Amino acid sequence: MTAIAPGTVPKASPRGSAARARMLRGLLPALSLALVLIAIAWLNPRAISYFGFNLMLNLAIPIALATIAQMFVIAGNELDLSIGTFVGFVGCVTATWLRDAPLLGILVLMGSIGVYALLGALIHLRNLPSIVVTLGMSFVWQGLAILILPKPGGRAPDWLLSILSFKPPYIPFPILAALLIAAVVHFGLMRTSYGVILRGSGGNAAALRRAGWSLLKTKVVLFALTGLFGVLSGMALIGITTSADANIGNGYTLLSIAGVILGGGEFVGGRVSPIGAVLGALTLALAASPLLTFMHIPPDWQVAANGAILIIVLAARVLISRRER
Amino acid sequence: MLQAIADIVRLNGAEKHFGAVRALNGVDFHVGAGECVGLVGHNGAGKSTLMHMVAGTLRPDGGQIAVRGNQEASYSVARALELGIRCVFQELSLCPNLSVAENTRINHPALTGFGWRRRAADLIRAKLDEIFPDHGISADDIAGDLSIGRRQMVEVARAFTLTREPLHLVILDEPTSSLDAHTAGQLLSFVRRFVAAGGSCILISHVLGEVLQNADRIVVMRDGKVVAADAASAFDRDRLVAAMGGAEGHHKAAAEARKTEPGALRVRARPARQQDGKELVARAGEIIGLAGLAGHGQTDLLLSIFSAASRARTGIEVTAPVALVAGDRQSDGIFSQWSIAQNIGIRSLARLRSGLLISPQREAELAEFWKKKIGIRTPDMNNNIYSLSGGNQQKALFARALGSDAEIVLMDDPMRGVDIGTKLEVYDLVREEAVKGRTFLWYTTETEELDNCDHVYVFKNGRIVANLGRDELTEEKIIQSSFGDAA
Amino acid sequence: MTSVRTLLEKPWIWSFVGALVVWLATIAFTGGYGAGGMVTAALSLAVFTVIVGVGQMFVITLGPGNVDLSLPANIGLASAVAMKVMGGSDAMIVVGLLAALACGAAIGAINYLLIWALRIPPIIATLSASFIIQSVDISYGRGLQIKPPPGFADFTNWQVLGIPALAMLAVVFTIGAALALQRMIYGRSVLAIGQNIRAAWLAGVHVGRIRFLTYTLCGALGGIDGALLAGYFRGANVDIGNEYLLASIAVVVIGGTSVAGGKANVPGVWGAGLFLVLLLTMLNTFGVSAGVRLVLTGLIIVGVITAAGGEKAVR
Repeated sequence: MTAIAPGTVPKASPRGSAARARMLRGLLPALSLALVLIAIAWLNPRAISYFGFNLMLNLAIPIALATIAQMFVIAGNELDLSIGTFVGFVGCVTATWLRDAPLLGILVLMGSIGVYALLGALIHLRNLPSIVVTLGMSFVWQGLAILILPKPGGRAPDWLLSILSFKPPYIPFPILAALLIAAVVHFGLMRTSYGVILRGSGGNAAALRRAGWSLLKTKVVLFALTGLFGVLSGMALIGITTSADANIGNGYTLLSIAGVILGGGEFVGGRVSPIGAVLGALTLALAASPLLTFMHIPPDWQVAANGAILIIVLAARVLISRRER
Repeated sequence: MLQAIADIVRLNGAEKHFGAVRALNGVDFHVGAGECVGLVGHNGAGKSTLMHMVAGTLRPDGGQIAVRGNQEASYSVARALELGIRCVFQELSLCPNLSVAENTRINHPALTGFGWRRRAADLIRAKLDEIFPDHGISADDIAGDLSIGRRQMVEVARAFTLTREPLHLVILDEPTSSLDAHTAGQLLSFVRRFVAAGGSCILISHVLGEVLQNADRIVVMRDGKVVAADAASAFDRDRLVAAMGGAEGHHKAAAEARKTEPGALRVRARPARQQDGKELVARAGEIIGLAGLAGHGQTDLLLSIFSAASRARTGIEVTAPVALVAGDRQSDGIFSQWSIAQNIGIRSLARLRSGLLISPQREAELAEFWKKKIGIRTPDMNNNIYSLSGGNQQKALFARALGSDAEIVLMDDPMRGVDIGTKLEVYDLVREEAVKGRTFLWYTTETEELDNCDHVYVFKNGRIVANLGRDELTEEKIIQSSFGDAA
Repeated sequence: MTSVRTLLEKPWIWSFVGALVVWLATIAFTGGYGAGGMVTAALSLAVFTVIVGVGQMFVITLGPGNVDLSLPANIGLASAVAMKVMGGSDAMIVVGLLAALACGAAIGAINYLLIWALRIPPIIATLSASFIIQSVDISYGRGLQIKPPPGFADFTNWQVLGIPALAMLAVVFTIGAALALQRMIYGRSVLAIGQNIRAAWLAGVHVGRIRFLTYTLCGALGGIDGALLAGYFRGANVDIGNEYLLASIAVVVIGGTSVAGGKANVPGVWGAGLFLVLLLTMLNTFGVSAGVRLVLTGLIIVGVITAAGGEKAVR
């Protein structure tokens, strides 16, 4: 217990510098994205075009949605290691039942969101480590996906295909969708009055309980939101790939965590940023394949690029906060 | 005459124990409307526990609570808020990741719907302006970015904001601990205005002048009981100090003036915030006291000395192995999964080995030796550490340090919540070990313990403000140096 | 009677009971056919889970948030390194094993370096490390001689009276690990840190050094496991370690080690390892599809952790 020296004279400067550090850190996701874009533009100017972006950001929408899903649990100081296989499960449901028996498909997807809500309640009530619970659930989702779709195949519902092949004028659809996702989630989590409570539960749960709020409810809501955005991510993914495979989402667990962290989120303390998370997801989507292709780096190193970006950004973050100390 | 005032809240025979420690021992307490009650007592006297009960965050193990004359059977935080009772806790309850306005929203379920952000910001800004006219805080500031003083200002102001719930009683637990004299004055004059307008307030403070000047009535607590309660005008500083410290039972401890010849230098340390040349010096065979109010840098200095023993630090010189006896047993001392013997052995593992392996036999021998020597009351040292009462747990922590090879023993207010019998046993042991040449640095919040020391450094605001030899050691001197607001 | 009761109080006993029940259920289904062979097969496969499980157990015991997510990538890379160094020649087996060990240990050390230098939670540190290791492995392993030397392959498949030699060695190793955990300064320090890192520091435990050692040890065990796996399955490949992320954590949890840290036991890792392998065998024998198998495995992990309950982070 570090004793806090009383009588500290409040000074203006520390707060100013803390705010500056926060701003710098807030800009970091945008800076990383800009850096990647500049590199691409420099390597291949033609890629910076309507068509180029459509191509390069092909998978950005599902990645962004999965990242947002992960962000909700992280806001409550938990982690979801099953989001990848969950996205795969949703994909399999989308490519089969949602097309062939829409009512059943919708019910199953709603039910899976309910499962997420129940997991949140279980984790809160039994005080379980979310890592282990979601690790176990990742088996369950994967198994269910294989049961629904033993072999790669199926086909996305036509309405979904037409939504995701939408070509708006001037702005490529992935960018438009990313903006929309960021705006909606930012409003919901950062601007509404209940969003404050959700973030507060990650910041100082004891204070929230003292103010009379239910921590069970906040956890359930956060997990349900994760489920909801996981469903959206899986559907978007199938809308792009048109067919499904039980393993299609496996990489999304790691990608989504990396996206949240890249976007300025922190594992504890309820410090997350929806806009940052979407930017982080876009950075990962761009860095993962187009940039490396243009740099003539073999695809073997794509995963490493994600890891390296993550480490570099974290190192930059440490540098910033150390200098401001 | 005081009874004529309608009660806001009344507790009868409130009891609470944490494990073996009795935090509250049948307390009767009430607050009337339009009254400011000052609550004073040493650390661990039970003030905070009592206030947690009034605020609904802790359930009493015994006794009743009534609000505005009605018995409350299932009292809770939510119920307290509904009834207009609020508390500013000693440990900060802001969410560091949220803005000032957002933190305000957390305490007001009514702040919702369209435009809530603006309303929350207006609400807190207005209250801050009212209490601290030159606060310099923006409603958009993130709480974690604010200095500790400003955070405390926000928290206090937030407790007085008003939306749907009524506001009758505000508990202020050390509200000025992080404020400078100017803002503290602003706060206290606001409290007087609030009370004059019919509100009620409980003021807990270690700054006795604040309590004497602002409270209508003062309640003094000691060892989980109310030991004095009277109109503020009936108290003066000396009577308060006497009531808090129990001066009547206070006599100079046996410690016959030990011959202390200066031994080898063991510790030389200067607090990080010390600006003049004062420093702490401890030699072999000395018992050095660290006094002053809680949290004024004593623990910090002990911790710096502790880490300087393993890694060189500027301004601190340590010449022998160090062990620390934690005062906050739960967070700094106890390994909850382990037996008493294992808890004692952890500091001495290297000596308990035979070959590569720790010898269970030697571990048991060490434990048995200290069980007898320090009188740990248990049938079996292999029982879990939590099978012991608080005092005996503390003895095990002493055994851990004294059973080690450490020549310097740091004691971080280790007697908190320990019964008097245990205390006396440990005092004897400490003196005995000092005669054998060990050095003790002893931070304590209980003044009578300082009688065991050869000399005492008094701390204030992270600095050493006085160095008192054992002949000049009096309670008045220490309180004068550490309170500093009077005299 | 009392001995039975004390046995029942051991947290690891349930994993063995589970393994036994699953085994009995399977042989009841087959009418006793293949009972011995099943044990042999279970022992051979459980070895690999046990080795990484012990490493993961030490890491998890360090306290909440400590977990090594880089094990699968580590195993994959070490298996490739071992096969490359051995180069198909029996003379190089020991050198190859040492290379795998060193490779794993280096990965563990880097993990801790990231945790310490970037002050990031172990989860994200080991995660980002695993990204990079995975790529190194893919690019390094391409076009590589990945067959083990015949002597090594035979050794990893060697059985004495129906008991795999590797399993015997692994038992010796786990006895050593159990001694290290309960009777050595290292193990005591790990347990102390896991219960209360601050109290451990104040009791004179070298917190930084012990954490570094633990991550390095876990990495080294991953490395050796990779080499052995490549020998057993007669070849290295990138995905060889994939299942060991979940498996290593699962055996720790099912084996009765506290996820809150500070409480661990080695026998449970064996029990849980056998339980998981036998469970798969049982489901296969019942002719259950891969999907159902996965679902049941997942539900069992969730069920076990729910039953074990989260010990409240003891204050």
